[in-house]
Amino acid sequence: MSELIKITRVSGRPIPLRGNDIDTDRIIPARYMKAVTFEGMGQYAFYDARFDADGHSKGHVLDDPRFEAKGPRIAVVNKNFGCGSSREHAPQALLRWGIRALVGESFADIFFGNCVALGMPCVSASEADVLALMAAVEAAPQHELTIDLQTMTATYDGKAYAVSLPGGVRTQLLEGTWDATRILMQAETQVRDTAARLPYVSGFRPRR
Amino acid sequence: MGKSLLDKVWDTHTVRELPSGQTQLFIGLHLIHEVTSPQAFQMIREQGLQVAFPDRTFATVDHIIPTDTQQRPYGDAQAEGMMRAIERNCREFGIRFFDAASGHQGIVHVLGPELGLTQPGMTVACGDSHTSTHGALGAVAFGIGTSQVRDVLASQCLAIQRPKVRRISVDGSLGAGVYAKDVILHIIRRLGVKGGVGFAYEYGGAVLERMAMEERMTVCNMSIEGGARLGYVNPDPTTFAYIRGRDFAPSAEHLDAAVAWWSGTASDPDATYHDVVRLEGADIAPTVTWGINPGQAIGVDERVPAPESFAPDEREVAEDAYGYMDLKPGTPIRGTRIDVAFIGSCTNGRLSDLREAAKVARLGRVRPHVKALVVPGSQAVAQAAEAEGLHEVFKAAGFEWRLPGCSMCLAMNPDKLVGRQVCASSSNRNFKGRQGSPSGRTLLMSPAMVAAAAIEGAVVDVRDLLGQR
Repeated sequence: MSELIKITRVSGRPIPLRGNDIDTDRIIPARYMKAVTFEGMGQYAFYDARFDADGHSKGHVLDDPRFEAKGPRIAVVNKNFGCGSSREHAPQALLRWGIRALVGESFADIFFGNCVALGMPCVSASEADVLALMAAVEAAPQHELTIDLQTMTATYDGKAYAVSLPGGVRTQLLEGTWDATRILMQAETQVRDTAARLPYVSGFRPRR
Repeated sequence: MGKSLLDKVWDTHTVRELPSGQTQLFIGLHLIHEVTSPQAFQMIREQGLQVAFPDRTFATVDHIIPTDTQQRPYGDAQAEGMMRAIERNCREFGIRFFDAASGHQGIVHVLGPELGLTQPGMTVACGDSHTSTHGALGAVAFGIGTSQVRDVLASQCLAIQRPKVRRISVDGSLGAGVYAKDVILHIIRRLGVKGGVGFAYEYGGAVLERMAMEERMTVCNMSIEGGARLGYVNPDPTTFAYIRGRDFAPSAEHLDAAVAWWSGTASDPDATYHDVVRLEGADIAPTVTWGINPGQAIGVDERVPAPESFAPDEREVAEDAYGYMDLKPGTPIRGTRIDVAFIGSCTNGRLSDLREAAKVARLGRVRPHVKALVVPGSQAVAQAAEAEGLHEVFKAAGFEWRLPGCSMCLAMNPDKLVGRQVCASSSNRNFKGRQGSPSGRTLLMSPAMVAAAAIEGAVVDVRDLLGQR
């Protein structure tokens, strides 16, 4: 977090994760959160959707050889991705599996915020565009998908799709202020002033 | 033009507008637990930061704590490791920790209101999506991730976008045997699991106004299941009476000043909202989920809906749910055999929940094939329930009376479903694998309905047992 890392473009081989309302319990089952660090979370991404009780592959898309690729990856998802539990373990697992950004129809609020804090853009596109992009990826998965936060496009196999991102978040990513800690700490005096104005902070004792 | 509570609280807690356009929002109360905080403290250490307001963060242990014995070290070495981490973090950074020895341990969202920590007009954040529970007291309360826990520790602030506000008015009154849980399941059923994305839900109307605080907590708790990161009820005399005299409530001599300020935080009568949804209390039946998200809910008299009844973007999830739950469209939900009954959680683990469940438990015995657990939400809830003899009622009926914690709501402790078991559960999520078995199945319902299902060994209408129709 010490240096500003500006995120203007993310490129990587796409991985289509079809389905609406994919919850964070599915992205990482709770039993794998029994740890005091996020290290190793990548191996548990979508664990129960990928493996049966004996640890055998169920042929999930993450293990589909057609979509196997090295380097950074970009997930293509549908509606309300990441709903449910606030666990940052979910984006941490995706990040550590290799996913650097997501394109989808919509994202759950807490998941979206968690991704921003990790510098992982979650850009939205129309339903028609996401379905078209998914179909293009599934038909020919070998191309690079590029998300450009300056032009607000996702480009795949020569076709550009318009994407959106709430203004504040786009600025945060472009300016490299997505890791908010230092920015928040800069306003220490104003924070103390705000606290002093809130009567509950002093137990409603009259101000002198 | 009047303002909503959300707008008022947002304005009083705004430190500044950030260059990005987001708000730097002061957090009045920060709650932490053992699962989502250790990595935040690790970042604080690695980055050489301090905790800015250690007296505005409070900790407890709930997710991993066993409910049969709390003897240390825990049988699960990973759970013990997490416990040691939070003990060390609280000690090193001067944070008050309500552990089992404190007499105040419990589920973080039971604890905050119960101790008087949560108050109207406050901002509350916690690394847990059910933080919306605290909105029942008129607080702006929402879940955050671990990096944001770090931000709150380091600065007592968050960088965040102001949500839109939707008012949901539940008018009229509820029938007998219909509880707060049914109200929120009905709301999510109507508005969908993604209807609330980008919104704060303001709950009001005669039904909410008549509700006791614990019932309002149940409603606000599940806001996130409808996609709304926060939900709240405007503070009123019911709220003020609830807070009075609690450990962290304002002292008696300052209470009038507090009530005056709290009252001022409520939405103005002419407040503007993004939109308003009106629902009728009389339309709400005891409600049960049949699928794999909390919006897949029906009245106990209804049948599992047909695929054609869903909007196109919900049909695929419904198809997935039929298979996972092994329930065919057209099947009555009543009569669905259960293997496990779970009463507890931050949704329904409070004294009034246990009282309603005990009323039903008095009427019979748990079927031999059913494993039934009652897990109080906190040590204080357990003590109060035991003082009333509720534990004896449950035990006499064949329920296990456990120690406080999150338990089988998310099964991070030893309380788990096994294989394809079906659980009637008073918790908040029926996601695939949620209760600890990757193929386990959950039917969400009110605590009274869970008790009834335990006694009948299958989903039943609690109103029949209670002779209410």
